[in-house]
Amino acid sequence: MASNGIRDRVAIVAMGCTAFGERWDKGADDLLIDAVGEAQQSIDMKPEDIDAYWLGTMASGLSGLTLSRPLHLDYKPVSRMENMCATGSEAFRNACYAVASGAYDTAMAVGVEKLKDTGFSGLTIGTPENDGTVVEMSAPAMFSLLAPAYSKKYGVGEDELKDVLARIAWKNHFNGARNPRAQFQREVSRDAICAAPPIAGRLGVFDCSGVSDGAAAAIIVRAEDAHRYTDKPIYVKGLSFVAGPANGPIDPTYDYTTFEEVVRSSRDAYTQAGIIDPRAELAMAEVHDCFTPTELVLMEDLGFAERGTAWKEVLAGTYDLEGELPINPDGGLKSFGHPIGASGLRMLFECFLQLRQEAPADRQIASVVDGTRKLALTQNLGGQPGECVSFVSVVGSEPSA
Amino acid sequence: MTRAQLAGVLSYGAYLPYHRLDRVAIANALGAPAGHGTRAVASFDEDATSMAVEAGRVALAAAASGTTVGGVLFATTSPPYADKTNATAIHAALRLPSQAVAIDLVGSVRNATSALRMAAEGPGTRLVVSADVRVGRPGSVDEREGGDAAAAFLIGTAGETLADFIGVGAATVEVLERWRLPTDVTSSMWEERFGEHAYASLVTDAATDAIKQAGVAADAVDRWVVTGLHTRAVRAAAKALASFGGDVAADLTGAVGNTGAAHPGLALAAALDEAEPGHVVGLVSLADGADVLLLRVNDAITDFRGRPGRTVVQQVAAGNAALPYTTYLTWRGQLDREPPRRPDPKRPAPPPTLRNVDWKFGLVATKCTACGTTTLPAQRVCVACHAVDQMEPAPMADVAATVATYTIDRLTYSLSPPVVAAVLDFEGGGRFTCELTDVDPAEVEIGLQVEMTFRRLYTSAGVHNYFWKARPVRGAQA
Repeated sequence: MASNGIRDRVAIVAMGCTAFGERWDKGADDLLIDAVGEAQQSIDMKPEDIDAYWLGTMASGLSGLTLSRPLHLDYKPVSRMENMCATGSEAFRNACYAVASGAYDTAMAVGVEKLKDTGFSGLTIGTPENDGTVVEMSAPAMFSLLAPAYSKKYGVGEDELKDVLARIAWKNHFNGARNPRAQFQREVSRDAICAAPPIAGRLGVFDCSGVSDGAAAAIIVRAEDAHRYTDKPIYVKGLSFVAGPANGPIDPTYDYTTFEEVVRSSRDAYTQAGIIDPRAELAMAEVHDCFTPTELVLMEDLGFAERGTAWKEVLAGTYDLEGELPINPDGGLKSFGHPIGASGLRMLFECFLQLRQEAPADRQIASVVDGTRKLALTQNLGGQPGECVSFVSVVGSEPSA
Repeated sequence: MTRAQLAGVLSYGAYLPYHRLDRVAIANALGAPAGHGTRAVASFDEDATSMAVEAGRVALAAAASGTTVGGVLFATTSPPYADKTNATAIHAALRLPSQAVAIDLVGSVRNATSALRMAAEGPGTRLVVSADVRVGRPGSVDEREGGDAAAAFLIGTAGETLADFIGVGAATVEVLERWRLPTDVTSSMWEERFGEHAYASLVTDAATDAIKQAGVAADAVDRWVVTGLHTRAVRAAAKALASFGGDVAADLTGAVGNTGAAHPGLALAAALDEAEPGHVVGLVSLADGADVLLLRVNDAITDFRGRPGRTVVQQVAAGNAALPYTTYLTWRGQLDREPPRRPDPKRPAPPPTLRNVDWKFGLVATKCTACGTTTLPAQRVCVACHAVDQMEPAPMADVAATVATYTIDRLTYSLSPPVVAAVLDFEGGGRFTCELTDVDPAEVEIGLQVEMTFRRLYTSAGVHNYFWKARPVRGAQA
């Protein structure tokens, strides 16, 4: 038994992504039509040219009809996927496998979420009928547990850590300001970030990802067919997904400074992709910065920093747009926004743009432009510290030699 | 009836909530004449049922091991549910055997002494719990002079008794002195002097009968404990009883208020906390008549006081009077505040609640018999060794815990934000995330010592969601 991967067997030939944000003007149907349309039109593909669809949405519709109905797809297989905040990634992963297996020639992964119609602040998630014994905690509260634990374990003062987290939010706002599709296209000063009143623990509003509406789509074909559609296909190097055993909240040894699910899924993806030193080999990474402490911890879990050192790397600018390993060059969940089912595909969209050198000039990755690096990573998780699902993909602009 | 037919007190416990409302705070807010002292206030997550559980836990923890409780009687004027037995939640939280009956005595304050009398006269071992959340309209005497509390008495003949019931007496009258429609929250009262008149002769009649049944001299009672919602009538009754001989116990109302159905039990607990072996205590309740119960204190009271527990005096002293009046009104539903832009909490569903009743009400987790790992909540597959269905019950309610980490959640719904959520590590193993209560967010720190407490988390869609929270261990515990 092994996780063998499908390195270089499939490629992304087209993508679409709507602007994210408070899209009072668009319903989930509109967002789907727009994202799918953008992907198809970019390579002159017609709906009948797609053999099968994987639709990711957490709660914006049930079944494949959520996609087939607005697009009036002509008797195509549409699978509806849900894996919390990793839903879009899960749609992509399954579409890739379907093509790699030979079952279909072309597949589309689509993700959508319409969050702003609820009228509530923040994210709301429906739960199955239950006995009422699970503590009611908001998402920022669950992830805020990472900060004091990290402070304590590595001897970083809480005020100093607040500064580190503000640096992460500042960077993602800086990047988002260079992204016309982002929900928040405005730079925010570190002072303003720190001055925001607390929402949960020491996290303020600027430590939280944007609650938004949006959709994104990718068309996947066999690698050998890719050049029929585009001169610049993006090859899938590794795909890994794990659901953790959910031990964290009930195991006294869990210390809230790591996501073991991310460690496992990234190691698997690196092995599939043949990556030895991710920090040296990747041109960029899109990671799940749902809250600023999450991005900090992810830097260590993904092997972008030694344990206990990511906070120093953040302050040193290692992950800035101009840094050694740019993280979330599109603004991330923080600034681009987080329509749950679309986010995993949105991350891939940025990799697709950057590796094809199609990102706006003011946020292009230097190592891609100068040709020294050709790989990008997406990391997407759903759940809470100690109890989550994690997805990692590695994609690249060239097939391996 | 002879003296031998009455049972005795095997154990007892009182519960006073942590919060106090300073009567000056009411006066300041409403521009009313200043009162003095404080009243005990059930927190936003407490009600008569949850407080009864807390008092019951104190009583059962102090009971002799191996005591079999045959039933629980719950007296309250503020039942959280109608049409449904409230005592069953108490039964479940105290993990009483299924054969034990659970009986509500709901309606008037008189139920409290009626329940004690039924247990004293009846066969078997009964836990009598009484609890009340007393409310009045803003600015009313009931609001100012009321209080919230609970008391529990384990009564029977099987085992060494701390005190024995030696005589009971009652006088009953149909009188409209205080009343409330079942649909109302606050009571109505007739003119104060009328009640004093109505009760005047009843207490001496009942006391005389009780003394006669006890077969003791008229002046044998060392201390009278006189309770009732009618302050003037209680004062007059105390004066009348003083003529029998004996002194009158302090009534606690200055510090905690008149706790309604809980008050006879609370005051009796306070009296037993101080009574000497051989003393005779007379418990009196004025409510739609008069009840008198005489108890003779036994030598066992001396050892009982040496056990871990919380005396009434300790709990009175442990109160926190920082509660703002507006918060009090909010907790009691008398100030309708703007809710957060968040969904209401989901009401618990009855079928999963029934399946998980031991966990939800009893906080019974599981311990793996293969590897010894304790896990909360109850699991079928061991988190450590993956053994399947090799679990034994692990009751956690009385296990000490410390805060491993915590957060202050200002976003999630709460009647009293912010929510303090803490990850707890239990002594001997087990980790669980739950809410902290009776806590100032500023005092929470990693390593804080906490204990579990039974609470009503919220009420949604007409369903009370009872479960456990943790609270800081405070000095009052011996």
